[in-house]
Amino acid sequence: MSMTNRLKVDRRDGKLVMAHFYVAFISLAIGGLAGLLQVLVRSGMFVLPAGIGYYQLLTLHGVVLALVLTTYFIMGFQIAAVSRTSGTLTSKQRKIGWTGFVIMTIGTILAAVMILLNEATVLYTFYAPLQAHSIFYIGLTLVIVGSWLGSAVILLKYRQWRKENHKQTSPLITFMAVVNSIMWIVATIGVAATVLLQLLPWSLGLVETINVGVSRTLFWYFGHPLVYFWLLPAYMAWYVIIPKIIGAKIFSDSLARFSFILFLLFSIPVGFHHQLMEPGIDASWKFIQVVLTFLVIIPSLMTAFSLFATFESYGRSKGAKGLFGWFKKLPWKDARFVVPFIGMVAFIPGGAGGIINASNQMNQVVHNTIWVTGHFHLTVATAVLLTFFGISYWLIPHLTGRTLTKAMNNLAITQGILWAVGMTFMSGAMHAAGLLGAPRRSSFSEYGGASIAAEWIPYQVAQAVGGSILFLSIILMLYIIINLAFFAPKGEQDFPIGEIAETAEKTPKILENWKIWIGITVLLILFAYTIPFIDMFHHAPPGSKGYKLW
Amino acid sequence: MHMHKFEKIWLIFGVASLIVFLSVLGVSAFHQGHHPSSWSNIIDPEQVDETKPFDEPGLKKVEGKEWDYELVFVASAFLYAPSEVQIPLGSTVKIIATTKDVIHGFQIPGSNVNMMLEPGYIVEYITTLNQPGEFLVLCNEYCGVGHHMMTSKIEVVES
Repeated sequence: MSMTNRLKVDRRDGKLVMAHFYVAFISLAIGGLAGLLQVLVRSGMFVLPAGIGYYQLLTLHGVVLALVLTTYFIMGFQIAAVSRTSGTLTSKQRKIGWTGFVIMTIGTILAAVMILLNEATVLYTFYAPLQAHSIFYIGLTLVIVGSWLGSAVILLKYRQWRKENHKQTSPLITFMAVVNSIMWIVATIGVAATVLLQLLPWSLGLVETINVGVSRTLFWYFGHPLVYFWLLPAYMAWYVIIPKIIGAKIFSDSLARFSFILFLLFSIPVGFHHQLMEPGIDASWKFIQVVLTFLVIIPSLMTAFSLFATFESYGRSKGAKGLFGWFKKLPWKDARFVVPFIGMVAFIPGGAGGIINASNQMNQVVHNTIWVTGHFHLTVATAVLLTFFGISYWLIPHLTGRTLTKAMNNLAITQGILWAVGMTFMSGAMHAAGLLGAPRRSSFSEYGGASIAAEWIPYQVAQAVGGSILFLSIILMLYIIINLAFFAPKGEQDFPIGEIAETAEKTPKILENWKIWIGITVLLILFAYTIPFIDMFHHAPPGSKGYKLW
Repeated sequence: MHMHKFEKIWLIFGVASLIVFLSVLGVSAFHQGHHPSSWSNIIDPEQVDETKPFDEPGLKKVEGKEWDYELVFVASAFLYAPSEVQIPLGSTVKIIATTKDVIHGFQIPGSNVNMMLEPGYIVEYITTLNQPGEFLVLCNEYCGVGHHMMTSKIEVVES
């Protein structure tokens, strides 16, 4: 294979990737600080100084972490992975990448300034008819447009590779980045539509009212694939990179690709499971999307199997005995493995909680309670984020020509363990309080002395304890990142890419037949959305004017 | 594509569990009628105070229906009308609610009552109150700076 002569990411591509990472980790610092202040406020023992609003902080936390940190990290990581496995970017591709980066960054700054000026305290979901300053919506549009250019880099490189290699099976991680990029482009059309066609003209005063139901539906058409857009890069690392780190082979190339195709098909036509409690959507259509939501569990089951199959067969090849003997053979002193592994473990309760959330009438018990916040702090803020941290611990030195020293490696393991401890407290207490009915997205309140609200307060104190530990872990993380980017000893840090097991079968060509997969994706979306969406227009109530209630 | 025998077993077990689980949800929703509040009537959000039944928020006894009372709520930033209401224990109540401004989240913690109030839509939910005591009504969707102060109180009293 021609892969062996491309073991390193080219320095020029590396700079592009690092630019994305700098923004991502600055966001982590800002968003993490906001998160710390939020849990302290909710404990009831701390009041924000200097006229900062709780909901302003919450907006900042959501936007910089859920939208900025994730998008920048993913764009950077996918470009690095494709450059490493499918070849250095052409100068034209790199230019597109930089243009995307600049556009996203201008958008991010515009949106951030509006949040800091308290002109956009609408949370990261910006539900109408709360109306932010038009510059906030322009900023978000630019972030999305920039990310389309970043995705275009992936698709262009992939097309070039396929052409140059006579349509052979593409490198696995490139294929996965392509799936995620296609999903991202299809999904962001929804949010782009509501921002450009509804929110922006309305905030500029060009139209007086907005159709709230349509806007929410377009948002959630995007909002659920958004979470898979976060998750799939973690799965790329779990499928392709982790096996190499532990010294094993990839269990099956075809099954890995097949699970990614299933994610493409079933991540998008499922947005109604975020709207189960709302009017204007027929109960049967909600249920149809609940069924489709459950189909996306199947590729996650496949992933779990593949991972543990890799771990077990590796352990046994090292002479492990008994049912669980292989567990001891895993490299427990290597941060590149341990930190993402903590993330994988967190995904087990995280995924189970997700099934509960999506369960139609069962959602009534937890909808908009802090249970949901606890849920996505296990999935995106632990499973995904710790995997991103684990990637950073080798990718940053790889790109900056430095090495991960033993001392930093040990510090990184401490970081991961601190995260696990902090998150157990915070997310655990959030889940528990949520089951008792405590709402999410709410500042500290005694709710007029209601006895049920008094029961929530001890859990809020536990959340503050957990959140403080998590903040320590973030400080540690940033310290390690700064070390790896600027101070670690010069050297060569490997970019691990797993090889396919010899016993694995040849990959069927159909998996790269995009006409079929994109075609089915579009059909499923049309099936799940057309009729209820038309209903929303037909039975639309009078539109809403904008409100600024903060 | 070849699958390992264990993977087949794992996936068959997984998919079968999903089917069983979805069937339970489906039967409960469609056969037993445990739907979350869904499709609904519309209203002009600017005219809520003038539109029946929202011109008179509060509890109303009704006859000849499957429920004993209708409990009408009007939400607006940052309060519910009525702010307090008493309901006889064991009665079946149809909650009818809407919002005059932004989105609110109508939730009674400790119960299954949880529904989004969106401008222009009337939401309804039928429930039976067979536990005496005070119940809090709160807002669980961010609606502005006073969001966490938005409450009402339902007192279930023995008649």
